[in-house]
Amino acid sequence: MTQSVIVQVGQCGNQIGCCFWDLALREHAAVNQAVLIDMEEGVVNEILQGPLRDVFDSKQLITDISGSGNNWAVGHKVFGSRYQEEILEKLRKSAEHCDCLQCFFVIHSMGGGTGSGLGTYLLKVLEDEFPEVYRFVTSVYPSGEDDVITSPYNSILAMKELNEHADCVLPIDNQSLFDIISKIDLVVNSGKLGTTIKPKSLVTSSAGTFKKWQEKPFDAMNNIVANLLLSLTSSARFEGSLNMDLNEISMNLVPFPQLHYLVSSLTPLYTLADVNVPPRRLDQMFSDAFSKDHQLIRADPKHSLYLACALMVRGNVQISDLRRNIERLKPSLQFVSWNQEGWKTSLCSVPPVGHSHSLLALANNTCVKPTFVELRERFLRLYKKKAHLHHYLQIEGMEESCFTEAESSLSALIREYNQLDATKSMPVEDLPRLSVAV
Amino acid sequence: MSIVTVQLGQCGNQIGFEVFDALFIDSHCPQRLSSKRENEAYQASCKERFFSEEENGVPIARAVLVDMEPKVINQTLSKAAQSGRWKYGQHSSFCQKQGSGNNWAYGYSVHGPRHEESIRNLIQKEVEKCDSLSGFFIIMSMAGGTGSGLGAFVTQNLQDQYSNSLKMNQIIWPYGTGEVIVQNYNSVLTLSHLYRSSDALLVHENDAVHKICAKLMNIKQISFSDINQVLAHQLGSVFQPTYSAEGSFHYRRNPLGDLMENLVPHPEFKMLGVRNIPQMSENSLAYSTFTWAGLLKHLRQMLISNAKMEEGIDWQIRPPLPGLPNLSKMSLNKELHFNTSIANLLILRGKDVHSADLEGFKDPALYTSWLEPVNAFNVWRTQRAFSKYEKSAALVSNSQFLVKPLDMIVGKAWNMFASKAYVHQYTKFGIEEEDFLDSFALLEQVVASYCTL
Repeated sequence: MTQSVIVQVGQCGNQIGCCFWDLALREHAAVNQAVLIDMEEGVVNEILQGPLRDVFDSKQLITDISGSGNNWAVGHKVFGSRYQEEILEKLRKSAEHCDCLQCFFVIHSMGGGTGSGLGTYLLKVLEDEFPEVYRFVTSVYPSGEDDVITSPYNSILAMKELNEHADCVLPIDNQSLFDIISKIDLVVNSGKLGTTIKPKSLVTSSAGTFKKWQEKPFDAMNNIVANLLLSLTSSARFEGSLNMDLNEISMNLVPFPQLHYLVSSLTPLYTLADVNVPPRRLDQMFSDAFSKDHQLIRADPKHSLYLACALMVRGNVQISDLRRNIERLKPSLQFVSWNQEGWKTSLCSVPPVGHSHSLLALANNTCVKPTFVELRERFLRLYKKKAHLHHYLQIEGMEESCFTEAESSLSALIREYNQLDATKSMPVEDLPRLSVAV
Repeated sequence: MSIVTVQLGQCGNQIGFEVFDALFIDSHCPQRLSSKRENEAYQASCKERFFSEEENGVPIARAVLVDMEPKVINQTLSKAAQSGRWKYGQHSSFCQKQGSGNNWAYGYSVHGPRHEESIRNLIQKEVEKCDSLSGFFIIMSMAGGTGSGLGAFVTQNLQDQYSNSLKMNQIIWPYGTGEVIVQNYNSVLTLSHLYRSSDALLVHENDAVHKICAKLMNIKQISFSDINQVLAHQLGSVFQPTYSAEGSFHYRRNPLGDLMENLVPHPEFKMLGVRNIPQMSENSLAYSTFTWAGLLKHLRQMLISNAKMEEGIDWQIRPPLPGLPNLSKMSLNKELHFNTSIANLLILRGKDVHSADLEGFKDPALYTSWLEPVNAFNVWRTQRAFSKYEKSAALVSNSQFLVKPLDMIVGKAWNMFASKAYVHQYTKFGIEEEDFLDSFALLEQVVASYCTL
């Protein structure tokens, strides 16, 4: 059995991580490994005093009084170097406890200072210190109406690090998460005839009582991300007839090193209290996975180009169900010419708590391009005016070249996606084969 | 003589369990048609081949289980133990923790050398338990990382270590529409390496077995368990004891040797396929009767039209008329989609087996010109029935049946290779572009050779 170490960085990262452990405990009732990093005592203290205080070994925490002030440079350059040794020490200890460490999951946001700056600094540290361990990053990208003015700077600077040091990135945006909980709320409160929802089955619910999402919307949203991480690791933790370990995700979904951004979608969002699930509902689960309503980032994969797609199924689903649905959905999706049957599938016998089955779809699709293009545009608007730049440049080690290099890195990535998109409407031709003497 | 089975990866281990279970259950099936003495000899022969000394009365499978992560092996070991019928040896398995990540290069270049000695020792121990070794039966998939990559490495190792023993690889051909995205690369690398080091490749296609489950067995929600059980049934019909030339009570001693002798006359043609009829759900079986004439007629047409199961057979396809010059015969065959054979082995089991008329299979039109039917065609008849089937006919053939699927896999892998997609994942572990090119070249050669039959 392999282990993963979760590295939660910054306010966002730690709050998501907290929900993750909640749900993980429900699935396993066992203690797992985590290293919590935040530069503000407030957030971390809240976690320590909550129901998870038994889970987290307080020796694994690192805090500092003042935060990073939404400044990537502070998080990356200042706190990075200051705390590198201490963080490494904790990471080594965590790794030692693992029988076979396979993957680091870094959870952070892109728009702030700590998660963004220190989080990405750690990627380089992990790569140097544990070169054989995979680095999967769950990154929360800033939405359009973001209250942090400098989020475009922070995001672009962080993107460069993700491009170079992450094995796989799962981009998430808050707007999509918010849309998902709105949709759930609509069903819950619509009082449709005869439908009752199993409370624990909500993809937004945590262990224990059913919380009204209006009270703490971030909790509900964070639970969705936590469910994503659980499903990602389910086949590695539980048995099934077609296992899929984390190393297989990278192998199958990353055709070229730079193109490692995966769009995720989760279904179902809730389970109706019916005991018998007819196959039609099962097929609906597959359809939903390709619907925009279930994605954790705003993007349109159906009208863009698939490079690869993974379907990770949990619960009482068999290979024939999987095949039937792939055949059904294939015609409406466009795959790149050299990967027309680009499907990776897995079957895990154990469903999530409260469900009889579930599906996580991971798509390597050119539909992430608009997110990056928009990010670059917002960055350029700020950068042209040199707005707030001095906050960054006054940090030791920061120069204007950091910004221009980050922007080129992102532009190069966008160009690669453009090149692939250009092949979309071209006819698929078989290339001439090697000819041999008979 | 005994066969040592090596189960590799998730697929190999899941199938291996079903195979041993099918063999055991069949050998202990109540028999109405054979005498007690005949049946006891059959059981003893089966046991000699596949099971070793009993421990507390429970036979132990002659098998080595290898996987690079523990979940499947643990499941397999406990399933066998729980059955109470037979079990695996306590120290017959080897596993690691991390798996091969669907990476052929990792399985071949990293796991292979790293665990070479441990695996070799396990196999050696199993071989020592045999009074006399017929050879190795290696069960693996092509699409993943362990079965495919480590499987290729282990087979090569066996060739070095046991150069006098035979090796037959049971290969699982993946579904056409993806199980694993890099399955075509993994398949190409596996096949090219096995072609150099294995003696025969017995191929089962997931798509074909899946259709049998759907159409013939009438299973609604098909699981891998169902698929593996159908596969195990087919293998059982081939590997269970058969009478030798001396007649009843004397079962063939060297199953692998006999199979190779009959089916692989030339090292350039190693790919074997199995068709076994009848195959149906128990409910249907209760209402069916069979004649040898009917079964053989269907089997023959399945062979020449390249049908993989007993439904949807194209009866329009006929062997070409004799007397045509070779070249025009070849192109005519291609047009007619006629499946030319190099060699065929018919294994008949059950009631009145000696009355079966085999003339249809001795037609020279079925075979390539460089082998006379008297050499190309063989039959093994055994009165003792197999499983629940009063009459059962299995055809193991070395024919053009895999040309199209092989061509497809090579084509898709080639298209992907041209774009260089995923290649960095292989070069990371020492499989370079030249290795890919070598593999492509070898397989194009195999396709070409089979096409010119």
